[in-house]
Amino acid sequence: MPSLNAQAKHPVSITLNGRTRMGHASPRMLLSDFLRHELGAHGTKVGCEHGVCGACTIRLDEVAARACLTLAVQADGHRVDTVEGLAPEGRMTALQDAFNRHHALQCGFCTAGILMSLSDYLERVPKPTETELRDMLSGHLCRCTGYAGIVRAVMDVTGQTSGNADAEDASGRKEPVHV
Amino acid sequence: MKPAPFDYLRAASAEEALATLAEHGDEARILAGGQSLMPMLNMRLLQPRIIVDVSAIAELRKIDARDGHLAVGASVTQSGLMASPGLATRSPLLASALPWVGHFQTRNRGTVCGSVAHADPSAEIPLCLVALEGEVVLRSTRRRRTVAAETFFIGPLTTVRNPDEMIESVRFRLPKPGAGYAFREVAMRHGDFAITACVAVVDASGIRLAVGGVADRPVAKNWPLLKDDALDDALNAFAWELGGDDDQHATARYRRDLVRRVGRLVIEEARSCQA
Repeated sequence: MPSLNAQAKHPVSITLNGRTRMGHASPRMLLSDFLRHELGAHGTKVGCEHGVCGACTIRLDEVAARACLTLAVQADGHRVDTVEGLAPEGRMTALQDAFNRHHALQCGFCTAGILMSLSDYLERVPKPTETELRDMLSGHLCRCTGYAGIVRAVMDVTGQTSGNADAEDASGRKEPVHV
Repeated sequence: MKPAPFDYLRAASAEEALATLAEHGDEARILAGGQSLMPMLNMRLLQPRIIVDVSAIAELRKIDARDGHLAVGASVTQSGLMASPGLATRSPLLASALPWVGHFQTRNRGTVCGSVAHADPSAEIPLCLVALEGEVVLRSTRRRRTVAAETFFIGPLTTVRNPDEMIESVRFRLPKPGAGYAFREVAMRHGDFAITACVAVVDASGIRLAVGGVADRPVAKNWPLLKDDALDDALNAFAWELGGDDDQHATARYRRDLVRRVGRLVIEEARSCQA
């Protein structure tokens, strides 16, 4: 197979949230930039661009991955799922709804990445313990919430606590553990 | 942060990847999972002329237990190895150390061999490879050679790999009968690079302690079955011998203290779980 020239743009076709989408990318273009700039899919956020903050997390062939550590040309021919694909009917998923009820976001910059991680993780670990969940969340930086609301939302949606955020607060929630 | 321009080749076979390495030498870089290489490219610490993507090569996606070793091919991901059947018996050390490698999201793409090729002094997989007296199988168009892990790493992000060679597989020694294994690390947060990480292997013949994050590469030391003060003295001497430096995460003195204390802890844990 011939190599792709650095100076040229090459056609890249992906299945984005179930639809075939085509754009052009030079070999150095990151998948995060391809999604946002080439396809106009702005749900995926770009933070640190070296894999630490987790804001750009998407699902590539169904597994959670950093879009900033993936080249667009690597994704050619593959399936990519982003936050825009979570609620195709225009109704939030149970997880998104739990994020809303438990105040699991404030500015929302980290949220798309965390939701995409969780959508993969909860398929593998349907009822994580709080320790397991916080371990997984260590791959995401959230500077607003202190993670407490995120943990409560996941515990709720996995059927491990009551669904009423206010009642839970009134009963005295556990001291947050730093992830 | 965007990478500098490069050509890109999605190699269909190991032969095609090796031919490209032979042609371009140190201007070419192998891309497998990209979890170490892509940050280096994004920060422009590396500016190769051509990237050779080996992630689609099926023949490199193999995990085999044979000849006393667990051989892991170049495109096997860290989560792929974690999920491989019987890992807890085929390598109790890797089963306990792999969850400490990066994060869930980076282990999904990051490869075992890629971490070895990157050779970060504080990385867990190179540490385990040294602790288990493992080997690195290097292949070029000219030959295939096997290098002991302890001689493969020669400094921070530096190995004995020649520019025309790629890591075809790494080989971790299978558990020795009657041996106990333990792993612990201290980091600012789970998933961050280790300030210090320790592995102990204890069997009837002695103790092997490997330490990462202190020297410029993972370093192992063998002792007879020392106990009490003699063990503390040996740990203290080793802590000084490793010669760590101060950096923004910890002082050299703190790292020496971690070697003494965490070293002792893993040795005791390995003793208590001797099979």
